[in-house]
Amino acid sequence: MSGFARPLKIALGLAVIAGLIIVPMNFNRYGLFILSQWAVMSIAAMGLNLTLGYAGQVSLAQGAFVGIGAYAAAIMTTHGWPLPAAIVVAIVLSFAVGWVLGYPALRVQHHYLAFVTLAFSTLAFLVFRNESWLTGGIYGISNIPRPHVFGLATNKPLPFYYVCLASLAIVSLAMWWLIRSPWGRAFMALRENPLRAQSLGIDTRRYTLMAFAIGSALGGVAGALYAPLTQYIDPVPFNLSLSLDLLMMVIVGGAGFYFGPFLGAMIAVLLPEWLRFTEGYYLMLYAVAVMLLLIWSPTGILGILDRYLAERRTKAASALRAVAKSRLETAQ
Amino acid sequence: MSNLFDLLVAGLATGAIYALVAVGFTLLWQTSQTINFAQGEFVMLPAFLMLAAMHVGAPFWLAIILGILLSMILLGLAFKLLLVDPMMRHGVLPLAIATMALAIGIKEAVKQFYSAEASPFPSIVPTGDVSILGHAVSLQSIGVLVVAILAVLGLTTLLNRTSLGHQMQAAAQNPTVARIIGVPVERMILLTFLINAFLVALASLLITPIYLAKFSSGEVLGQAAFIAAIVGGFNQVRGAIVGGLLIGVLDNLAAAYVSTQYRAAVPMLFLIVVILFRPQGLLGRAEERTV
Repeated sequence: MSGFARPLKIALGLAVIAGLIIVPMNFNRYGLFILSQWAVMSIAAMGLNLTLGYAGQVSLAQGAFVGIGAYAAAIMTTHGWPLPAAIVVAIVLSFAVGWVLGYPALRVQHHYLAFVTLAFSTLAFLVFRNESWLTGGIYGISNIPRPHVFGLATNKPLPFYYVCLASLAIVSLAMWWLIRSPWGRAFMALRENPLRAQSLGIDTRRYTLMAFAIGSALGGVAGALYAPLTQYIDPVPFNLSLSLDLLMMVIVGGAGFYFGPFLGAMIAVLLPEWLRFTEGYYLMLYAVAVMLLLIWSPTGILGILDRYLAERRTKAASALRAVAKSRLETAQ
Repeated sequence: MSNLFDLLVAGLATGAIYALVAVGFTLLWQTSQTINFAQGEFVMLPAFLMLAAMHVGAPFWLAIILGILLSMILLGLAFKLLLVDPMMRHGVLPLAIATMALAIGIKEAVKQFYSAEASPFPSIVPTGDVSILGHAVSLQSIGVLVVAILAVLGLTTLLNRTSLGHQMQAAAQNPTVARIIGVPVERMILLTFLINAFLVALASLLITPIYLAKFSSGEVLGQAAFIAAIVGGFNQVRGAIVGGLLIGVLDNLAAAYVSTQYRAAVPMLFLIVVILFRPQGLLGRAEERTV
């Protein structure tokens, strides 16, 4: 995005944020639900983008972490705990499990890693479904309360949408800081060339585990918001397809781009809704759209923008060079 | 004991079908680095093509031939030309994601254009039991085993005993050198896609009478074939066969002896153990790691 002038970028960002706050004010219940879902899925996809896009570790288990967070929040809040406490527990739990899941990544890479995480995802689903003493089994957990924020109830859709949006904002800022910190650079070094990263003194072992753990923790945060959003959870939404959907969001938006997950989640959550007028065909059209996009640009939507800006920069640079050259020639 | 024998036979029969699907899966990986997440849906679709052919009045045998031909055109030729070819040079992951989208597309298309309900499917093997060593064994299981074994034998003969097979192997192992010595690599890759389409159509024909034709039935199958391929060895046809049989038997034994609730967990745990301690698979060769 460095092709735009800085004030323009800030203005654009402020306009988007203002839009996200003001426009939904007269949305109906369903519209607000979809937008809240977008915010929640963006958080989960952002976590996966850190693991996959920045640190280069393939994970097909992000959906399982959303599930872990959702069950942690559902169980705790229905037992009278406040939501913030549940979010902290969701973060700690997902972080710890994510850390452990990172160990296979130290031994195997690429598609093998994808399969280990895929197996984990299925195992987690079986635990959600079968351990009914804890998770309610196939009947799930209902009547999940929504939190009070500064003494205000968020039972209505609009206030809870703002809770989701605020959480998204906090996570986004933290991520912005993280990828610019030495840690973020270490993650990228890990992705680009692990051997070189190691020879430069980066503890690749620790950073691989960290990439998994932090990414998973964000999945947990998303889950902890998902539970009060739907107010009822059962194991079905947290099966393997959620992990695959989240992976699709990251790749379609643009893996390794900061704004990739926002766009990817927008396409995965909103595009099917916009296509609803086509009735039974909407998921089919969505699938075709994703395939066409990936054929056109395997690096996702932001990949297209990135290439366009890079081209423009090259053109501008060669124009400058041409000018400089002709000046040199006239001077001679 | 009789119980164990029955479980083994049933396990080998499902395992043989998994093996067919897993073999196709490894072939695609070897020749074009395609991880086909839609492989399960590839097995689900041909049954519907055959059902559709019967709806317009074709007799069963003709429907089978039409179904196999159509799936070779759609799942072999069209899949390669329209999706794999444009994406192959961009690496493994975007293509894998595109096949995930394809899986959604196929499922939804079947649901929309055919039916969301499960449809019965005629069996190519007559129903009934025969007695082997004092055990009643269903003709269905025997038929499935025989057809699957014949298919696998045919494929291994093709790969190991014919010039065409050797060219395919060369194209898979080292495309650059294969090209230099005059192997038409592109045509060989296309051939593996056609073989995969044939194998999944065959698997579809064998498994659908047992589990009914349903748009969502590919999910479980695809995962089983996936696990079979990795457990056996991602880069070996032999490995995929052993993996398929092993997963089939393990799945059936787990259902009987572990618990029906956690039966699906057993192959998964097995997969994790294999990947951690022998990532190249039970019969696979170790691949060099890039970097």
